[in-house]
Amino acid sequence: MVYLDNNSTTPMDERVKEVYCDATKYFGNINVIYDLGIEARKKLNEAYDILYPGIGASDEDDIIITSSTTEGNNTVIKTFLDSYLKGSGKKHIITTVAEHSSIKATCAYAKTHGMEVTYIYTDENGRVNPKDIENAIREDTALISVLFASNESGAIQPIKEISQIARKYGIPFHCDGAQAIGKAKINVRELGVDYFTFSAHKFHGPKGVGGFYVREGAPFVNLIHGGNQMGGKRGGSVYLNGIIAMAEAVKLANEHLDEMYDRVAKLRDKLEEAILKIPDTKTYVDKKYRLPNTVVASFRGIEGEAMLWDLNMHKIYAATGSSCSSERLEGSEVLEALGEDPEIAHTGIIFSLSRFTTEKEIDYVIEVLPKIVKRLRDISMTYAKVKPSDR
Amino acid sequence: MGRNDLITGNVWEQYSNKVIERMNNPKFLGEFTEEDAKKRGAKLVVADFGSEACGDAVRLYWLVDPKTDKIIDARFKSFGCGTAIASSDVMTELTIGKTVDEAMKVTNLDVEKALRDEPDKPAFPPQKMHCSVMAYDVIMEAAAKYKGKKVDELKNNEIVCECARVTRGEIEEIVRKYNVKTVEELQKYTDAGKYCKSCVAPGGHEERDVYLVDIIKEVQEQMKKEKIKESVTTDDFDNMSLIKKIKTIEEILDKKIKPMLAMDGGSLELIDVREEDGVLKVYIRYLGACSTCASGGMTLLAIEDMLKKELNTDKIKVEQV
Repeated sequence: MVYLDNNSTTPMDERVKEVYCDATKYFGNINVIYDLGIEARKKLNEAYDILYPGIGASDEDDIIITSSTTEGNNTVIKTFLDSYLKGSGKKHIITTVAEHSSIKATCAYAKTHGMEVTYIYTDENGRVNPKDIENAIREDTALISVLFASNESGAIQPIKEISQIARKYGIPFHCDGAQAIGKAKINVRELGVDYFTFSAHKFHGPKGVGGFYVREGAPFVNLIHGGNQMGGKRGGSVYLNGIIAMAEAVKLANEHLDEMYDRVAKLRDKLEEAILKIPDTKTYVDKKYRLPNTVVASFRGIEGEAMLWDLNMHKIYAATGSSCSSERLEGSEVLEALGEDPEIAHTGIIFSLSRFTTEKEIDYVIEVLPKIVKRLRDISMTYAKVKPSDR
Repeated sequence: MGRNDLITGNVWEQYSNKVIERMNNPKFLGEFTEEDAKKRGAKLVVADFGSEACGDAVRLYWLVDPKTDKIIDARFKSFGCGTAIASSDVMTELTIGKTVDEAMKVTNLDVEKALRDEPDKPAFPPQKMHCSVMAYDVIMEAAAKYKGKKVDELKNNEIVCECARVTRGEIEEIVRKYNVKTVEELQKYTDAGKYCKSCVAPGGHEERDVYLVDIIKEVQEQMKKEKIKESVTTDDFDNMSLIKKIKTIEEILDKKIKPMLAMDGGSLELIDVREEDGVLKVYIRYLGACSTCASGGMTLLAIEDMLKKELNTDKIKVEQV
C-alpha cells in the first residue's frame, strides 16, 4: 500500500498513538477539585507547554482546543458576523478562491445575513498577490482570511506580506493553517496573524482535535456555549488524550521539519521527474512556492477518476481535484484556477507525501504509473489512431 | 434525513461487479481502420459524442455490411471515468449483430440494465447515469453517418429524460392515456425522471429546456380545453333547429366567452336570438365592467368572431341591447 493523500489526512505516528492511548488513563474531569482532576489538569498544562512554543504563541494569546480546523474557521468568521449583527458596521470579508470549503461555506452563510465577501483570485502558481488584497480593502472590511497553503495545489501563500497589509489597515487577519504544521516552521507571532487554525490529523495526530490560535485582544465570540472549559471560550468536556496527542504530534512535526524539506521533498521531486518523463504530462506550481510534499499532475487523455481507480487497483492512494468521484461533474477547480483548459482540468491527480513515505514506495509508483497511463491511454479516444475525420 | 444520510456515500461502493469487471477489462476496446473494413467487406463508421472538456467522451467504430445494414463488429474508445468506460463497452457489444436501425433502439437504459448484477438493483448510482447517456447519442451519431443523414433527422422527437431516453411525445401520450397529474403518477408508466432527476423540475444538477412538471401541466391544460370544446356540439350549426342553436350559443358563451370577460371584471347575458334574412342575430347585454367599458364595440366584434369560429359559420351577427 502506498498512501499519497496526506494533504487530506495522515496516519497517526506510532509515538503519538502511544501517547494518545497512555493519556486515556487521565480520564478525570479537569474541572473537578479532587486528585483525578488535578492530575488531568496537570497533563493538559503539559500539553499546552508544548503547543504554545510549538506554534510560537505568546502566553498572553489563546490556543483554544477545537475539534478541527473547520470549527476554528467557522468560529472566526462567525465572530465577525456576530459583530456585524450587533452593529459594528463592518460587513466586508476578504478571502481567496483557494480557500477550503469551511471558509467558503461559512462566508456564504455570513452573506445570508448581509455580509459581503470579496474573493481574491490566484495566479498561475496558485498564489494571491498581496497587492490585490490591499486593493480590495474597504472602510467596512471586518476580516482578511487567507489559507497558509492549498491542500490541492500545494501553493503556499505570502502570509507574512498579507499580515503586514492587514496590520497597516488595522484589519484582523486569519490564516487557515491546516496545511502548515509539519510542512513549515510556524511562528504565529512572527507571521503576524491574529487567528490561526489547525487540525492534528493533518500532521500525524488524531482526528477530532484541532487548535484555534487567537492573538491577545483579538475579537472572539463562542461558537460552542455550555461550560467554563477553555476559559469559557468553548464549551464541552475537554478531549484530554486528543490534546496530549496533538501536542506530541506538533512536537514531532517540528522535529521532522528538516526531513520534510530534505528527504521528503527529494522523493517528491523524484516522483515529479518520473511523471514528467511520461509524454503529455504536466505538473503545476513552481517548487519554490509549493508544499514540499505535493505534486499536482495532469495526464492528457486520462480522466481523473479513471486514473484514481487504476491507482487504487495497485493499492496506490492519491486524490483528484476532479469530481467524478463526487456528485459534481466539473473538472478540477484547482487546475482550472491554475489556468488549465477544461479538457486537462478533468485529468488532474494530486500526490501528497509524508515523512512516512519511503523511497521504495515512490519507486513502486514510478514503476506502476507508466503502465497505468498506457492502459488508460489505450482506452482513451484522445490517443486513438483513427479519427472520425479519417473515414 | 436519517442514518443513511449521515455518512457520505462513495460512488465506487455502489458499482455492480459487472461495472468493475468491464472497467478493468473492457471487451470491445479498440479501433477499426479502413483496411480492416476492406478486409471484411464492410463499411467503416467512426462517430464521436461528448467532449473531454465535459469529462466524458466516447468514439464508436462500426463495421457495417452494406448489403444487410448489419453491424458485423464494433469497437470503442473513451475518455471518462469507470462508469463511462464500462457503459461504452456494453453499448458497443449491444450493437454488434444488429442492423443499424435495430441498434438505434439501444438506449442508455439498456446499457445500465445490462450492467446490473441483480435485475432490480441499479448498476451504478443516479449521478453516474450521465456516463451511460452517451451510449444512445453516439449510436445515433454513427447511424446518421452511415445513412448520410443529420442526427436530428433520425430523432423523431425531443428527448426530455436523457437517462431513460423518454421523448416528449411518449410523455404526452401517457399523460393523456392515464390522465396523469403528477410526476409520481407518470413514473408508474415510464422511467422518466427516476434517475438523475434533472428533468423533473428546475433545480436539479443540470438545467433543462423543458421539465416533466411543465409537460404534465401543459397537457392537462390542453386536455381541459379539449374537453370543453368536445362538450360543445358544433357540427352543422347552420342546419340546427333554432332551440338547439340557442343552447349551443349559450354553452359557448358560458364556457369560453364569459370566463374571458371575467378576467377584466365583466360579463354578459344572452337576451335573445333571432333569425333574420338568413342571419342569426344574437342580442346580448353587457354586465359588470363591460357595461361601462369604452371598448365595448371592439369586444362585441371579438365575441362575434369567436362565435363564428367556434360554430363554423359566418351567418352570425352579435348586437348589444
